[in-house]
Amino acid sequence: MSSDLDVFVGNTTLIDEEVYRLWLDGHSVAEAVARRLRGGLLEREATSVAVLQSDTRDHYRTFQMLERLLHAPPRLLQQLLFQIPPERQALLVQRYYAFDEALARELLGKKLSKGTKKELDEVSARTGVGIRSCRRQFDNFKRVFKAVEELRGPLAENIQQLFLLPPSLARDYAAIVFFANSRFETGKRRLQFLSFGDFAACAQSMMAHWSQGALAPEAAEPDGDLPKSFLQDLKELKVLVTDKDLLDQHKSLVCSALRGKISVYNELEANFKALSRALVNVGGKLTHARDVRDFFVDLVEKVIEPCRSDKWSPGDLRLFLQHYTAAPRNLPGFRHQALWERYMAAISACLLRMFHD
Amino acid sequence: MPGKLKVKIVAGRHLPVMDRASDLTDAFVEVKFGNTTFKTDVYPKSLNPQWNSEWFKFEVDDEELQDEPLQITVLDHDTYSANDAIGKVYIDIDPLLYSEAATVISGWFPIYDTIHGIRGEINVVVKVDLFNDLNRFRQSSCGVKFFCTTSIPKCYRAVVIHGFVEELVVNEDPEYQWIDRIRTPRASNEARQRLISLMSGELQRKIGLKVLEMRGNAVVGYLQCFDLEGESGLVVRAIGTACTLDKLSNTSAFLPACNSPSKEMKEIPFNEDPNPNTYSSGPSTPLKNQTYSFSPSKSYSRQSSSSDTDLSLTPKTGMGSGSAGKEGGPFKTLLRQQTQSALEQREFPFFTLTTFPPGFLVHVGGVVSARSVKLLDRIHNPAFVGIMGNTRSYKLLDWNSFNSDEPETRDAWWAEIRQEIKSHAKALGCHAVVGYSESTSICEEVCILSASGTAAVLNPRFLQDGTMEGCLEQRLSWQPGFFSIGSEKGEVDFFPQSQDSSSLLGIEEASPPGCGFCHIPYDELNMPFPAHLTYCYNCRKQKVPDVLFTTIDLPVEAIVVGKGCLIQARLCRLKKKAQAEANATSISNLLPFMEYEVHTQLMNKLKLRGMNALFGLRIQITVGENMLMGLASATGVYLAALPTPGGIQIAGKTPNDGTYEQHISHMQKKINDTIAKNKELYEINPPELPEEIIGSPIPEPRQRSRLLRSQSESSDEVTELDLSHGKKDAFVLEIDDTDAMEDVHSLLTDVPPPSGFYSCNTEIMPGINNWTPEIQMFTAVRVSRLSNINPTNQTLNKNFNDLCENLLKSLYFKLRSMVPCCLCHVNFTVALPEDELVQIAVTAVAITYDKNQALQANKAPTEKSQQRASTDNEEQLQFPLELCSDPLSSQPFSPAKEVLEGASSHTGIPAAQRATSVDYSSFADRCNSWIELIKLKAQTIRRGSIKTTTSLEKASPLAEGYLRHRSVPSGTNSTVSVVKMTPLSFLPGAKITKYLGIINMFFIRETTSLREEGGVSGFLHAFIAEVFAMVRAHVAALGGNAVVSYIMKQCVFMENPNKNQAQCLINVSGDAVVFVRESELEVLPPQPAAAAQPTGAAGDVTT
Repeated sequence: MSSDLDVFVGNTTLIDEEVYRLWLDGHSVAEAVARRLRGGLLEREATSVAVLQSDTRDHYRTFQMLERLLHAPPRLLQQLLFQIPPERQALLVQRYYAFDEALARELLGKKLSKGTKKELDEVSARTGVGIRSCRRQFDNFKRVFKAVEELRGPLAENIQQLFLLPPSLARDYAAIVFFANSRFETGKRRLQFLSFGDFAACAQSMMAHWSQGALAPEAAEPDGDLPKSFLQDLKELKVLVTDKDLLDQHKSLVCSALRGKISVYNELEANFKALSRALVNVGGKLTHARDVRDFFVDLVEKVIEPCRSDKWSPGDLRLFLQHYTAAPRNLPGFRHQALWERYMAAISACLLRMFHD
Repeated sequence: MPGKLKVKIVAGRHLPVMDRASDLTDAFVEVKFGNTTFKTDVYPKSLNPQWNSEWFKFEVDDEELQDEPLQITVLDHDTYSANDAIGKVYIDIDPLLYSEAATVISGWFPIYDTIHGIRGEINVVVKVDLFNDLNRFRQSSCGVKFFCTTSIPKCYRAVVIHGFVEELVVNEDPEYQWIDRIRTPRASNEARQRLISLMSGELQRKIGLKVLEMRGNAVVGYLQCFDLEGESGLVVRAIGTACTLDKLSNTSAFLPACNSPSKEMKEIPFNEDPNPNTYSSGPSTPLKNQTYSFSPSKSYSRQSSSSDTDLSLTPKTGMGSGSAGKEGGPFKTLLRQQTQSALEQREFPFFTLTTFPPGFLVHVGGVVSARSVKLLDRIHNPAFVGIMGNTRSYKLLDWNSFNSDEPETRDAWWAEIRQEIKSHAKALGCHAVVGYSESTSICEEVCILSASGTAAVLNPRFLQDGTMEGCLEQRLSWQPGFFSIGSEKGEVDFFPQSQDSSSLLGIEEASPPGCGFCHIPYDELNMPFPAHLTYCYNCRKQKVPDVLFTTIDLPVEAIVVGKGCLIQARLCRLKKKAQAEANATSISNLLPFMEYEVHTQLMNKLKLRGMNALFGLRIQITVGENMLMGLASATGVYLAALPTPGGIQIAGKTPNDGTYEQHISHMQKKINDTIAKNKELYEINPPELPEEIIGSPIPEPRQRSRLLRSQSESSDEVTELDLSHGKKDAFVLEIDDTDAMEDVHSLLTDVPPPSGFYSCNTEIMPGINNWTPEIQMFTAVRVSRLSNINPTNQTLNKNFNDLCENLLKSLYFKLRSMVPCCLCHVNFTVALPEDELVQIAVTAVAITYDKNQALQANKAPTEKSQQRASTDNEEQLQFPLELCSDPLSSQPFSPAKEVLEGASSHTGIPAAQRATSVDYSSFADRCNSWIELIKLKAQTIRRGSIKTTTSLEKASPLAEGYLRHRSVPSGTNSTVSVVKMTPLSFLPGAKITKYLGIINMFFIRETTSLREEGGVSGFLHAFIAEVFAMVRAHVAALGGNAVVSYIMKQCVFMENPNKNQAQCLINVSGDAVVFVRESELEVLPPQPAAAAQPTGAAGDVTT
């Protein structure tokens, strides 16, 4: 006897977390049933495979109906079709928008376009994330990106508002949007040692210190774009490396401050000019979209790798950056101290985060 | 011009995109009532229109107010072509017509389309100004309150229970009209929805008039049903119990409502038989009287009664009413006379109630039922079609003026059946029928009408007419505990009275109320059927039957041992396909056998569980093309007053065959094991009574009990609990053929629910009284194909049995997170939509209970091995609270006090919290603050979490700017209010403070893209969810937060997979209420109702 029709509808919508996870991972009903069986549910609950199938199908149907609402979480709160307690709604949204960092790492800085979506097969193979799950996560990124790309104000808060995500997850999404917007290159071999978390932290520092909203909340430009005027102003900082006197004075100030406090003093003394040039020029290049892409490549190639080969410790780097940032205050004739500190705040944060194996 | 209806259309949200080009919608709204229509302006290019219309005013008479629904249609304006309908909302404005119910309907309603389902929501405010005093209306029945609840509603007091009211209305089904061939499915569905809405309104109004005639003010246990008779039309019929109710003005915590525990509610004179020895009574096994009548044509009706086996067992000697009271004591005679006079004027002394004020029910006789097979025969009346096709769309026709036959026929059919029920009750020495219900099963042109109830003797005092009211009041004043404590009585009055009643509970008490209803009402010498009587095991003064079957809920005062359980009998019978009369005849011939089988199954299963009574018995016989199906559900319990049931003994036919013998003894062992296991599972440990107390066995005319295939014999030795073979107290199953073997096997296939689960089909689970507030109401529907090529009754039975068992299993699995819990009010409905297709729909509620507390609660009473069932632990608990504060009365109630203490220590932890903490902990650390955010959905954006230079003043203007570029749903700060739904009449741990009116909704959903909507399951899943959503929205708009006595009366599903089409009709009803949590009551006692009322016009209730 076969059941043609088999439904169970509760006044309060039943959400089974395990089945939700299986659904999110993109398993078919049959796969999900198999996995639940492997989990030993049958023995624990003394039930039959048929019951498990029916239960799984019910949940899958519910999730399919909910998916439309999950695309706009505020609607999930307002809709009348499913009565779901707030904490369960929160769970649904959070799990739906949670992503695999390996996948997000792969997609960082890529254009969230149809083309990229077509490449998801490979990404899925590389990351071990199911293709259906990959597509769903990609669509999430894209949906969030589209929703906030033209909004003003802090990205993370806009995302939190529109998608009702927990703050940490909203910040991660902000980073993804930020990278997708600026199209930073992250796929190069020499950047492979950096995790999604590293990039997300960098993005957050950059937005926090550089974005328009960070200084003036009334700003007209979205947070995802770095403010043009700021980037333009960064060119002014070049004086620190182009003016020979300033460069020398800067070096002596930093070196005198660090003497004896840093284990790699000699190497620092030898490389200061190269390092300083690299640090300043990274900022100077940000006005050109093409150069923007190389931001992280430059940082790694010109700062992190030399330091690492000289066996700097993270503490050394921190001390150096601290004094390197502070020193120009005492440089006669340098008028861009505020700009400089704003610039270096993000750069320092990024470097410190990225300085690991 | 007695009324002015005012409607305001506020806003819409989440509308569907109607213009593909712009991805937007130009929506406007039509508001229609009767023949008047108003329109709002078009709100261009928005999916979240803000119409904020003026008040549309309809000046109408109250008759129209009662009949017509308010119809709101949302449309998309189209300059060049016809406007497209987005969907509709029907609002029943009836709740606004009684003074105590809702005053305004305001809130978000789902916009419903019969083809697309819910498409966005609309915010509407509705008010009614009634110009005249309500009581002056006579042509309408405004002001008569309707309740689906089958007990006296919690915040009311019954002054008089008048009795049975019924009415039916007939019309042609729009689906079968000629016009249906040329109109769209949408138009046809909408015509049907509207017609049924109109018919329900009219029906309710007509019933209301009858109630007013009886000088009542309310209908309780209102049950309205549709018979979709296809070509022959559409019948809407309703039954109910007319009452005069008084609102208890003070609903605060200390007043127990109608269902307080029995000890306080002692009924004094009638249960105390002053002369117990002279009072002789007769026996009762569960009784079923049926008559099958089949009328080939309307005019001719052939009674073919007593064709059934049960009746053949039944000596008809007791049929006369004259035998009543022959042997009874003087008191009994008096009672009879009183009651009879009170009931005499009534055509049908029926009551649709299943729970009664304590003392109302004096004796219960047994189940009475009647069925009749009819041929639906539509008289084609050309005049009728002409008029229906007229411009005035389905305004109800007074059928009488067109076709005098029709309603008379249906009325006559039911009258016939009711008459039968009445006479069956009389045969049982009863003058009334309680727990009465009616149902139909239709297949093509054959219709089975069924009615059933429980024959009972009632206390006449509740039945007096208005003239007696003064007397009643007087009695109340000196017998306060007796029924619903009047509001006029304060705490002070109440207190000493309860002391009185507690003293009445003393050990030397002659006839405790816990067993009175079990005592036989009929006369022992004129027993209507053979049964075995013993003296009541509780009071040992009067006689009780060995088994009792009833359709009512377990009376609150009943003393039960252990817990109850759901018992089902399932049966299939093949039938030849036939036409018209031949078909009807073959059905009528099959019915008695089915009834007999069902009855045997029930009896066997009851014995197998070691129980002796069934409550809430509901037998459905469903007719299909080529088979009949019978499904009986009931809740088995062990009543302390009835004798311990004997075991089941198998008797083989060929005792010489060794292997056969072995097989038999193996089966016997299995059965005995099952009984033992069940007794343990349901905690059935009846008290061991010393033999001498029981008294001498009653001289029983044993020769009268001829053994058919099964026969029960009562046990004389109560102490005997072992189930050894050969004892004469055993219930003998003779295995004489393979059929019988199958039956025995099928007995053993019922799997008990997994541990932590109990189930019953009554309001309350006997033996559990410590409910926690978590509830989950659900509907499950299954359609299965019986895919046998050559089906036999046996294979069909097995299939059907498996289907039900699997369904139950799947429910237990689904609800496993709620353990320990009980499935209450499990209601199975069987339909046979097509050849080989069986559809089963189940609606029930899972309620959690506190296991620890259960143990504690059990301990105290098990010393006496007795337990009291109680509807509402809240009420039971409150009561001792009052008593315990008094040092004098605290002593006898010490067990209760323990329960109370246990309760107070446990109720502090809401079950919901426990549940969430378990599954949520995994990431609770990450987002607990964020939950708060979602809950509050704060609009103000906190800035500067990273950079602290931002000032807060700057933040607020910015907040608007953030989202300016996007259309963000309006009113994001509103949270959807939670509406609980339950088929029960109460909510555990909560107090119902207000009844807002009846919810009675009928929906049709159709699709022509079945596959795209996820197949049949996807389609129905969405539809049921939509129905729930619409019920909740209506309740929330009335200002309520729960639906009680919810029932899905009909779920008709039809599919045509080849055409990718499906259609479903669902009819639901219930009572919208406001409840307050017990815990909240303590905090804010003065105006609890206000807390749950919506505050603003937008109806944003935050709970």
